Amino acid sequence: MNNILVLPLIVPIITAIFLVFLRDYIKLQRIVSFVTMVFVSVVAVVLLQLIQTEGILKVDFSGWAPPFGILFVADSFSVLLVLAASIVTAICLLYSFATIGHRHERMFFYPFVLFLLAGVNGSFLTGDIFNLFVCFEVMLLASYVLIALGGEKIQLREALKYVLINVVASWLFLVALAYLYGTVKTLNMAHIAQRVAEAGQDSMLTTVAILFLIVFALKAGLLLFFWLPGSYSVPPTAVQALFAALLTKVGIYALFRTFTLMFPLNPDVTHTILGIMAAATILAGCMGALSGKDVRTIASYNVIIGVGFILVGLAVGTESAMAGAVYYLLHDMTAKALLFLIIGTMVYVTGEVVVKNMSGLIRNYPLFGWLYFVVMCALAGIPPLSGFLGKVLIGQGAIEAESYILLGLGFASSVIVLYSLLRIFLASFFGETVISNEETKPIPRGAMVSFVLLAMCIVGLGVGAEGLAVYVEDAAHTLVNPSIYIDAVLNANE
Amino acid sequence: MESLMVVLVGILVAVATYLILSRTVLRVIIGTAVLSHAVHLLILTVGGLKKGDVPLLSQSDGPYTDALPQALILTAIVISFAVTAFVLVLAYRMYLTNGSDDFHELGGPSDE
Repeated sequence: MNNILVLPLIVPIITAIFLVFLRDYIKLQRIVSFVTMVFVSVVAVVLLQLIQTEGILKVDFSGWAPPFGILFVADSFSVLLVLAASIVTAICLLYSFATIGHRHERMFFYPFVLFLLAGVNGSFLTGDIFNLFVCFEVMLLASYVLIALGGEKIQLREALKYVLINVVASWLFLVALAYLYGTVKTLNMAHIAQRVAEAGQDSMLTTVAILFLIVFALKAGLLLFFWLPGSYSVPPTAVQALFAALLTKVGIYALFRTFTLMFPLNPDVTHTILGIMAAATILAGCMGALSGKDVRTIASYNVIIGVGFILVGLAVGTESAMAGAVYYLLHDMTAKALLFLIIGTMVYVTGEVVVKNMSGLIRNYPLFGWLYFVVMCALAGIPPLSGFLGKVLIGQGAIEAESYILLGLGFASSVIVLYSLLRIFLASFFGETVISNEETKPIPRGAMVSFVLLAMCIVGLGVGAEGLAVYVEDAAHTLVNPSIYIDAVLNANE
Repeated sequence: MESLMVVLVGILVAVATYLILSRTVLRVIIGTAVLSHAVHLLILTVGGLKKGDVPLLSQSDGPYTDALPQALILTAIVISFAVTAFVLVLAYRMYLTNGSDDFHELGGPSDE
């Protein structure tokens, strides 16, 4: 019965392979890929309900009981992320139908998006750290192609940099895996947690933990984000939005799993480093967002600030901070996708990338302008939109744990986020319009639909927080008490 | 035997680092390939080199050799194949577009 757990990984892969044969039938490709995403979202909702009634679900592949086989584990945290990822991808697909163009569509754009999502979902669901590596690679290979697709000079250059950085990061991941396997002789995450708890987290294991911290920090854009602004600004808008919404979040998810489940025993060292890195990330992200002149650069640095803020929640580590971090992760996925879609559309309609050169867009595109206003308020954390509750809960956790520096930095970053986005709003949307009525390029209807849907998600996440609270609290509870997860995986059959 | 392997891994990492820091794209790619070989050997070594029998339970009295590192390396090799193949194609396309395989001539910050 639990077999539906594998659907979020398998369905996108099978559909993607199927779509390869439908290269010339673009309409059919669109319909099939969108239906697949909706189906995966529905599966995620069903899983979420199932976890509430039956506890943490797992599938041991071919019946090999852990710790011997490989397995998928679904707790509320991972399924919430699967749900958000699938919904955001479905909406980004709607946007790409209208904007991506036939050249991309004929070069297997939709299969690659589906492969990307399969890797992301697999990373969220796997209960085995080597499979985490494999799913990371599935996701990364798809993302390499999506950056390079189009073949422009700057795209190829950034893609090459991005690939090389990620190859080195994956190498470090393997080194960390080798040392981990050498030390604890197991790869099942729950079993690792158990072994670490039995043996105590000595200096060797703490070193391994720090190695994992470096790897996932590179993937998540935590402090080691030098590759991010470049590679996030070259691909087409729909791809940028997908990257902003999904890629760094997988790294963040891995960090949460590593430091709540596997290595939680030496917080003096690991969580202090995490806190320092989160603080430095927020500071550097704020500086980048303030100094950027290019709208895409400002948006990329906003991704970095978001990463820092979520990891404040992990560094603090109390239950309310965890709940806040989960809320904020869900919010960040939807809001960053909308931000990147809107920024990309601004570049498309004006043909400019520098903030100063755009002006008065709200006269030509009133709804578009107010949607930007909504996402700006959400990212700054203005109630009742989605960012507010996450910020409040993380702040509450920071007060409980008496980390006032992180608290101060976190909330100061909200002001910077508001300022940097407000600068775009005031300069680009208000003032004399630079586009005359005859020159106004219409925004495709499909694009507007995707904006409205994402904005509805943002409002829904904020207003409907009460309905979501059950799942988020369950996720946070499991994160703070890893024994629930370990019991569910290792002792389920007894 | 283990110490010999570790020294070999060290040499491979040193070679790979040297190659990755060079200016030509092709040498960097060869460097990443060597780097992945180094880590495969590392996994084999920390997993324990062959000390016992093939792990077929009840066929011999043991001790058995751990087969898992080999499975891990096999997966990692396939992935590194795929990535290397992709990056070679990417480098070739970039050579066609830019007419150079020198990182300095690609140059320029990302927000030009």
